[in-house]
Amino acid sequence: MTSATDPTPPDPMFNAVRLGLRRGAIEMMQSLTTRADQIWIVLLNGIFIAVLVFQRDSDLGGTGLSLAGATLPGLIGMNIVMGGWMGTAQLLAVEREDGTLLRAKSTPHGMLAYVVARVTLAVLNTALGLVIFVGAGLFLLPGLTDVPISGWLMLLAVFVLGMLATMPWGAVVGASVKSSSASFGLSFLPMVLLVTISGIFYPITGMPDWLHPIAQVFPVYWLGAGMREALLPDAAAAAELGGQFHTLTMFGVLGAYAVIGMIVAPRVLRAMARKESGSAVESRKAKALQGWG
Amino acid sequence: MSSLSPDLETPVIAVRDLRMSYGDHVVLDGVDFEARPGEVLALLGPNGAGKSTTIEILEGFRRRSDGQVSVLGVDPISADDAWRARLGIVQQSWRDHGRWRVRQLLDHLGAFYRPFSAPDRIRPMDVDDLLARVGLQHHADQKVGSLSGGQRRKLDVAIGLIGRPDLLFLDEPTTGFDPQARREFHDVVHRLADLERTTVLLTTHDLDEAEKLADRILILAGGRIVAHGSAAQLSREVEGRTEVRWSRDGEHFVHATEDATSFVRQLFEQYGAAIGDLEVRRSTLEDTYMALVQRFETEPTRAVPGLEVVR
Repeated sequence: MTSATDPTPPDPMFNAVRLGLRRGAIEMMQSLTTRADQIWIVLLNGIFIAVLVFQRDSDLGGTGLSLAGATLPGLIGMNIVMGGWMGTAQLLAVEREDGTLLRAKSTPHGMLAYVVARVTLAVLNTALGLVIFVGAGLFLLPGLTDVPISGWLMLLAVFVLGMLATMPWGAVVGASVKSSSASFGLSFLPMVLLVTISGIFYPITGMPDWLHPIAQVFPVYWLGAGMREALLPDAAAAAELGGQFHTLTMFGVLGAYAVIGMIVAPRVLRAMARKESGSAVESRKAKALQGWG
Repeated sequence: MSSLSPDLETPVIAVRDLRMSYGDHVVLDGVDFEARPGEVLALLGPNGAGKSTTIEILEGFRRRSDGQVSVLGVDPISADDAWRARLGIVQQSWRDHGRWRVRQLLDHLGAFYRPFSAPDRIRPMDVDDLLARVGLQHHADQKVGSLSGGQRRKLDVAIGLIGRPDLLFLDEPTTGFDPQARREFHDVVHRLADLERTTVLLTTHDLDEAEKLADRILILAGGRIVAHGSAAQLSREVEGRTEVRWSRDGEHFVHATEDATSFVRQLFEQYGAAIGDLEVRRSTLEDTYMALVQRFETEPTRAVPGLEVVR
């Protein structure tokens, strides 16, 4: 914190990164103290935890393990897709519409701080979901206390890689769409579809064979698989495709999404930011109003 | 507030032969003007005249088709963040940061300007001082989303000012305001130009507003500046015709003249007490403006010699 009497002004870029981090944290606090967000968080996670409760006594594909035990890591993986991909796409589209982005562009180094803030908020939001699911799991699923430290480390690795693999693509969607409702459609619907075919709520081996390669092209399946590998005993591998975990492929696919995403997203974001202006915000607002009328 | 020796100062904005077209559609067709330090300049014109395009080019948000533009001595298209730190921008449609509290947002945005502080221009401005200046001191802890339209606009101006800008852009600042909010807003603009030596460029389609706020008015029509000068200069010199109405023996007369005083004198010399219902109406700035805009919208290519009021 620089005081007003400090003779050396802070470096502008460093200053902006610091402000971006603070901005992300402030926005997280605002979300947690806003009634609508509180209701959303409780309702959504309540539904998922209810699923765990109902699945507790079902068997995971003849392995003798609880189905809920496999759904929990799947939820943790899906939560990353929701926070990284859908959340980023949605927020970016909304903030292009309401002028937040233009405000950032009007501020010196504001865009740098904006990107840092978006990453910070997405990570904090997703981490909140992670804590809720792991907390619920510790109560509901006795097996979770037996997970070795290496399992938790792997969870952390998949979490970080998963954020890197999903956030840039969420940004690409949010930067490309014409309106926030289009962004919702383009991020939410594909996600629901992918979650359905990716073995999040029941083993993928139960889906038709032709769906397997489709699911395996996208990160949703691999995030679920990575989290199951991190948290489940070796015996659970029997319910995976080919009867085993595919550790290298999992890291490879997520890594590829991350690398390509981080090459593509900055270009798309820069192109979007260049086009952002008062009249662009104005015309989107006019269209949105028409849509309501 | 006009500066005392304008010729000795470099212009804050210098625009020469600015052109902008989208495909075949020409929006700006050779715009020229300058703004001097501390000047309040109004860019006046009907909707679609190219006001917003001009201001977005100056803000560095839009790439021009042709012409020379210098803002604070730099071409906006290649300007860096140190340049941006010297600008304040107030757009017409901010709806952002609804969850933030007024003071919290100003604190946060102000912190971006700290690296650009200078001994003679301390950045950012003191938030309490700023809140008092725009009349939001009692709303500091309110959420931005719960402010009224007028309060919201005051906040936008405060955000535009937080970095103590050398140049402030106000794009259609009072659209949708009631008269009370409008007057309060005008007071705010008057105060800031006087206190901070901030150059202000505002766009408006409201003539009354241009007249109240600006030292100088530029009328933009058909993609060009068709007239410029102070409000008084424009109404006096551009059209210069005054309407005289009177009655004599129950008959009513109207006459338009360049010199109303001598016309009326002659009238009385000739008819004396027979003259009744005398009315002398100088053409208002509005008449001038409407005439200009109409002429340029119907015949955009016609040259109008001697129309410009040169200072």
